[in-house]
Amino acid sequence: MSELGIVYALLGAAVAVLLSGTGSAIGVGIAGQAASGVVTEDPSKFAKVLIIQLLPGTQGLYGLLIGFITLSKIGVLGGGLADLSVQTGLLILAACLPIGVVGLLSAIAQGKTAAAAIGIVAKKPDQFGKAMLFPAMVETYAILALLISFLAVSGIQV
Amino acid sequence: MAVLEMQRISICAMKKDRKVILEKLQSFGALEVNHVIGEDPDFVRMDTAGQKQGFEKAAASADQALEILEKYAPEKKSMFSALEGKELIEPETGREVQEERRELLKTAKAVYDLDREHAEQLASITKLENSIESLTPWLALDVPMKQKETGRTVMLLGSMPGEMTLERICEVIAEKVPDAVGTDVHIVSAEQSAVYLAVICMKEDAAQVEEALRSEGFARPAQMWDDVPAYQKKELEGQIADCRQRIAQIEDDIRRYADQREKLKIVADYYRVRADKYAVLGQLPQSRRTFLISGYIPHSCAQKVAEYLTGKYDCAVDIEDLKEDEEAPVILKNNPFSASMEGVVESYGLPAKGEIDPTTIMSFFYVFFFGMMLSDAAYGLIVAVACGILVWKFPRMSAGMKKSLKLFFYCGISTVVWGVLFGGYFGNIVDIVSAKFFGRTITPPALWFVPLNEPMKLLLYSLFFGVIHLFTGLAIKGYLCIRDKKYMDFFCDVVLWFMLLIGLILMLLPSSLFASIAQMTIVFPAALNTLAKVLAAAGAIGIVLMSGRSNKNPALRIALGAYDLYNITGWLSDVLSYSRLLALGLATGVIASVINQMGSMLPNNVIGVIFFIIIFLVGHSMNLAINLLGAYVHTNRLQFVEFFGKFYEGGGRPFHPFKENTKYADIKEETLS
Repeated sequence: MSELGIVYALLGAAVAVLLSGTGSAIGVGIAGQAASGVVTEDPSKFAKVLIIQLLPGTQGLYGLLIGFITLSKIGVLGGGLADLSVQTGLLILAACLPIGVVGLLSAIAQGKTAAAAIGIVAKKPDQFGKAMLFPAMVETYAILALLISFLAVSGIQV
Repeated sequence: MAVLEMQRISICAMKKDRKVILEKLQSFGALEVNHVIGEDPDFVRMDTAGQKQGFEKAAASADQALEILEKYAPEKKSMFSALEGKELIEPETGREVQEERRELLKTAKAVYDLDREHAEQLASITKLENSIESLTPWLALDVPMKQKETGRTVMLLGSMPGEMTLERICEVIAEKVPDAVGTDVHIVSAEQSAVYLAVICMKEDAAQVEEALRSEGFARPAQMWDDVPAYQKKELEGQIADCRQRIAQIEDDIRRYADQREKLKIVADYYRVRADKYAVLGQLPQSRRTFLISGYIPHSCAQKVAEYLTGKYDCAVDIEDLKEDEEAPVILKNNPFSASMEGVVESYGLPAKGEIDPTTIMSFFYVFFFGMMLSDAAYGLIVAVACGILVWKFPRMSAGMKKSLKLFFYCGISTVVWGVLFGGYFGNIVDIVSAKFFGRTITPPALWFVPLNEPMKLLLYSLFFGVIHLFTGLAIKGYLCIRDKKYMDFFCDVVLWFMLLIGLILMLLPSSLFASIAQMTIVFPAALNTLAKVLAAAGAIGIVLMSGRSNKNPALRIALGAYDLYNITGWLSDVLSYSRLLALGLATGVIASVINQMGSMLPNNVIGVIFFIIIFLVGHSMNLAINLLGAYVHTNRLQFVEFFGKFYEGGGRPFHPFKENTKYADIKEETLS
């Protein structure tokens, strides 16, 4: 037993939330710039572009999800820290990596796609359904990463 | 589940009935005008562009007047006004307004003129204010600015750079024009950047003095006034007050027209409808006494329209089926439940010629998957109740809006069902509240199982539902092949794939890989295992041999077949794509729990409870909004990419009937008489 185990585990939760949250913030920011441009020209498209702007925001939520599960698993929430070996701590850190890294990069990519999709809405508002789909394609990979992180974190025995 | 069958209707009637027949057809709104007749010496087309433009202009001017009225006397609108839809008016009201249409156009013109005058008055106020500004430095001057000279002296007015002082100016004059005695310099006012001065000197020195000052930056004022500046200012202010008064009056006048708003709306619509009518009229081939109109009409109302027209007017109506190569416009027709998903199909693309309408089959999967992704009974209830109330409260909302709300209503119900199955009610709010306030944790039991505790189980079910969804898509493709009598395609592209995929699945189930994922071992009898291998092998070989069948070259054919077999990875990724059912469901539940957890950390007193409620309301509304969006987007994706990818392309043309395309109000339909 070592005191570092819990530190690694908490670092895992931090990585999950930190990276994916950063990615989402950048992605939503990129899409928001495009959205603001459209609304300057035509304020009636506000609701549509807002929806598309929000799409890259989900990675941050996925990171939060993994972070939360990790926190409750290692007992940071609700008191009573679990006694973790270094190995378990590192396992949890590794389990958190997929959603952190994929969340970061996919949210940025999705933000760019969303900005382009907002361009579709600006020119052809009736193609909203299709415009929404392109950013959603990117998100698939964040979902896959979320899944692996989730299964790994919940599968590790503490 | 169908695309409405279209027919071509051609009507030949007397010119004297032209107006009534066109108006009737427009009010039926069942015909899309489409002429096949080419240039013909006996039939000419009228040039109606001028009238059409006139009506469009009239409609635009009424619209403009309405916009202006909205600016000065905004209509009181409820938050839900966008849902209310168009107003319904009595036919008599409509007729009365049509009688008054010329006066109403004059009203529109008057409103427009008043608005323009309003703008002009505002502009002149700005101008006057600028004048006052440039006058301000001279206010201390107590002689008229235009007063240039007396019998012997001259007054020079002007400004100099800010750093000049009285002494410096006197010095300059004394230096440069030493013999100009008796020159008197007054600083009228001084600011940071300029001093304003009045210089009085003898007539004969004036030119030299001015020259001397000019070398130091002296400039005459840009604008001179006749009067003493103080009086002048008063006068200008008086003018501004007049303008303001006039503006107030104009605003009052415009507001007085506010009661004409309803009529203006009706008249704007009236001109819009007439403009449409004239656009159609311009397309009609007409001989000396007759005219022709032809177009697409849904099979279901073709007979009715024909009977009505032949019964009332002297005309010949001909209904025929469409030619093979004709691409008819598309209307979808579905049962009331599935009809609410038509919007989803439309946003992907209407069925092209020869495709079936996928709406009905899709609608069940749609609602099923949507509920699974949101999977919280309380959220579902909120969505269903909100949409239900809106649909019920606003019966006249636009058709598209109604369909979307109904879609969410059904999805909400499905979400309630899944929430109960998975035991999600605002995440784990019941646990948290009972533990926090009653000291005893109560967990509402899940009817099926709790996804958070058994994620692998739900993952397998998600993939299982995905396989069903995908196989349904492939089966529809098979059905289409059989319908079109392409039996070879049916066997090669559908049956072989089914064999391969089912074989592979059957091989996977008893394997150790599956056992480790599902934590259960499935043992098949040996015969089934062999069958699985045979199916998979036969399917694979068949695909390799047959996929490139259109190619004569045997080597190329095999190569193409092998490439097609590679599509198995496509199937794998399609199936894995359904893992989002699990992931999004978990996201809703876990984030709801995070919100509840945050609330539960507050102290157990009055303030704590108030903050708990605030966190609860804000947190859950945000979670609901973002997950609703997620569920919607990803359900669409599963339908569009995975499901439609198997059999559907879209690309049909929507039906645009010749109808009364109004913007503000519909006139109540008169009974057919």
